[in-house]
Amino acid sequence: MNMKRRVFLKGTLASSAVAVAVGAGLLSPRQVLAAWPKSAFEAKSVSDALKNMYDSDLAPASDAIKLDAPDIAENGAVVPVTVETSLKNVESITIISEKNQTPLVASFNMTPKTEGYVSTRIKMGQTSNVIAVVKADGKLHSARKEVKVTIGGCGG
Amino acid sequence: MANSIKIRARMKGNSCEVKSLIKHKMETGLRKDKKTGKVIPAHFIQEVNCEHNGSTVMSADWGTAISTNPYLAFSFSGAKKGDTIKLSWADNMGESDSAEAQIK
Repeated sequence: MNMKRRVFLKGTLASSAVAVAVGAGLLSPRQVLAAWPKSAFEAKSVSDALKNMYDSDLAPASDAIKLDAPDIAENGAVVPVTVETSLKNVESITIISEKNQTPLVASFNMTPKTEGYVSTRIKMGQTSNVIAVVKADGKLHSARKEVKVTIGGCGG
Repeated sequence: MANSIKIRARMKGNSCEVKSLIKHKMETGLRKDKKTGKVIPAHFIQEVNCEHNGSTVMSADWGTAISTNPYLAFSFSGAKKGDTIKLSWADNMGESDSAEAQIK
């Protein structure tokens, strides 16, 4: 008699703890992710990605952007990319790998305090251009560089 | 997922350079499990936020094409030694983490 009661209590305690955990887990991330530009990240072409991101795919080449990436990447899963710009009032820096299934890699939103510099590592499916798009003073600027990839980093 | 972030911030003249490494598998959703042949679902960091003394200095939206165990570096002005810098991330599975460091 007593044993059964113990088991019963244990069961209810465990299930209610799970319910609380699920509730907490579902509540917090949704709010954080509200602004994530899903359509831009799912776009299959560079111009679609840019249109979804900035409402325009016109990003003239600019000498004021320095895009640093290797000429040849032996491993496409880890390609170091650094974007530096001398443009003023940088609002955002976007990195695009032209021939990835979804070309948009990342977008960095800047504040007036942030300097025009960002460095990260990206995955590339195959040899293609890496494009850096910088939005400064409301205008888009870009720089591109071809990176040869010997082993792809997307899928397999 | 505690301690998934390594963050270091250092003054360089007037600007503060922040460097960070995050431990995350950054699954693209395109790879297949070699044993079962099933596609491994995408699991990647979507948002990264960096705060200096409580106000955001840089926020990033990431896709699946950021490398496994992402590296991130950027710089900003208006900081001084001893200030607090906080980095946080959230992924598409609802996981998140944050870490703080003092600027050196």
